Amino acid sequence: MSGPANSATTNPARRPFFRRRKTDPFTGPQAPKIDYKDVRLLQRFISERGKIVPSRITAVSVKNQRALAKAIKRARFLALLPYVIS
Amino acid sequence: MPFYEHVFVARQDATPQAVEALTEEIKATLEANGGTLASQESWGLRTLTYRIKKNRKGHYVLLNIDAPAKAVQEMERLQKINEDVLRYMTVKVEAFEEGPSAMMKSRDRDDRRREFGDRDGGFGGGFGGGDRPRRDRDDRPRRDDRIEGGAA
Repeated sequence: MSGPANSATTNPARRPFFRRRKTDPFTGPQAPKIDYKDVRLLQRFISERGKIVPSRITAVSVKNQRALAKAIKRARFLALLPYVIS
Repeated sequence: MPFYEHVFVARQDATPQAVEALTEEIKATLEANGGTLASQESWGLRTLTYRIKKNRKGHYVLLNIDAPAKAVQEMERLQKINEDVLRYMTVKVEAFEEGPSAMMKSRDRDDRRREFGDRDGGFGGGFGGGDRPRRDRDDRPRRDDRIEGGAA
């Protein structure tokens, strides 16, 4: 993919592996609501170790990341999510 | 009156009837203090993700409450005393959710999620030359969690 991607980027020397920007999974018409009760959803935003995944990886917006962090912490308190996975 | 979502976790040895009785007790407390129990939902016996007071499982109950703050305070005070209750949490909400909560829907939700397969593995793909340019962000501190976050 490096060939066509290179020609598409404006500065191929700096960004040889261009990939389209990911969009916030919580915006848009079909976006799920951030809810501490939705364990399955929240689980996708914690790492293998149980940490909250930074938004620069998940592309969650700053505002939604705050809400997400709060939801995860609530779920942890209720033992729906682990604090640490050891 | 404000709306609250209240979740409590009861001890694993408590019988379902005991949990039911506990819910009734809460309802009575609320009504005595001028509140109402709008709806309730039992999530059944779930495995706790970590041990609480040597319990590995717990009975989860969600209550949607419409009550003045005083009634909620009284209810929380009683829950604190009750040894059958491992955890409780009250969250103020703008409006109650319609229909069953995410917890109950989680099963049929599973199928819908599959469409986003890209996102599930997406975090992992995020590193190996993902959406984040590797060299552009040298101004930011390197974090170890980048490696871990991969398989989340």
